Amino acid sequence: MSRQKTILFACGTGIATSTAVNVAVTEEMKKRGLTFNAQQAKATEVPGLADNVDFIVATTPISASVTKPVIKGLAFLTGIGKDKILDEIEAQLRK
Amino acid sequence: MPDGLMQLLDPEAIVLGSDASTNEEIIRILAGRLEMLGYVKSSYADAVVRRELTIPTGLPLERPDNVAVPHTDPEHVLKPGIAMGTLKQPVTFANMEDPDEMLPVGFVFLLAINDKDKQIEALQAVMAIIQNPQALDGLRSARTLEDVRAVLG
Repeated sequence: MSRQKTILFACGTGIATSTAVNVAVTEEMKKRGLTFNAQQAKATEVPGLADNVDFIVATTPISASVTKPVIKGLAFLTGIGKDKILDEIEAQLRK
Repeated sequence: MPDGLMQLLDPEAIVLGSDASTNEEIIRILAGRLEMLGYVKSSYADAVVRRELTIPTGLPLERPDNVAVPHTDPEHVLKPGIAMGTLKQPVTFANMEDPDEMLPVGFVFLLAINDKDKQIEALQAVMAIIQNPQALDGLRSARTLEDVRAVLG
């Protein structure tokens, strides 16, 4: 069995939209039979935390210095283009 | 619709058909309501306005009247709450994901949040409205609290 992956959810405050996105992704991935560890942070904290996670789902722009994959999470707030993003997240989790 | 937003909105924190012409103006009107009702400290309004300049909260919905969800750090919040404003004419907010893009916004949900684990329901209720074009259309024409109740349940 492969190691459980860790997703870092980031937004401006680290408690508002990243919470909504975290909950939505957790529910949808459960439907696809996937679980993961979740962390939440402010966008400004991501460079210091990125080394310890597998990838990032963010609703705000993330510093270009971060080398881990960054997936845009705004679709979970707007509902537009959500399926495509879910597929991207699933692909990262199955890597 | 799960967990009707109406239960989470203080009726006195709802402003319909505001004449506000800038994002700062509508933020200050709604923040004033939250402060008056005891949800936030007097520092909250300035903190939200300042934050909006660097970390904007406009959400692109491919509509002429998009949604914004301004908020700020928990230290300015006394207890969790939401204020809602609809605008007569859209005001401009920058896009959360692409701050260089300006969006016309017709609906503002001002969030006072201080504990992420306890406010998931409120956030989900707001998201459910944002993702429901019929609900937004209903809110746009709402003129009374009863109209809002009919839309938000």
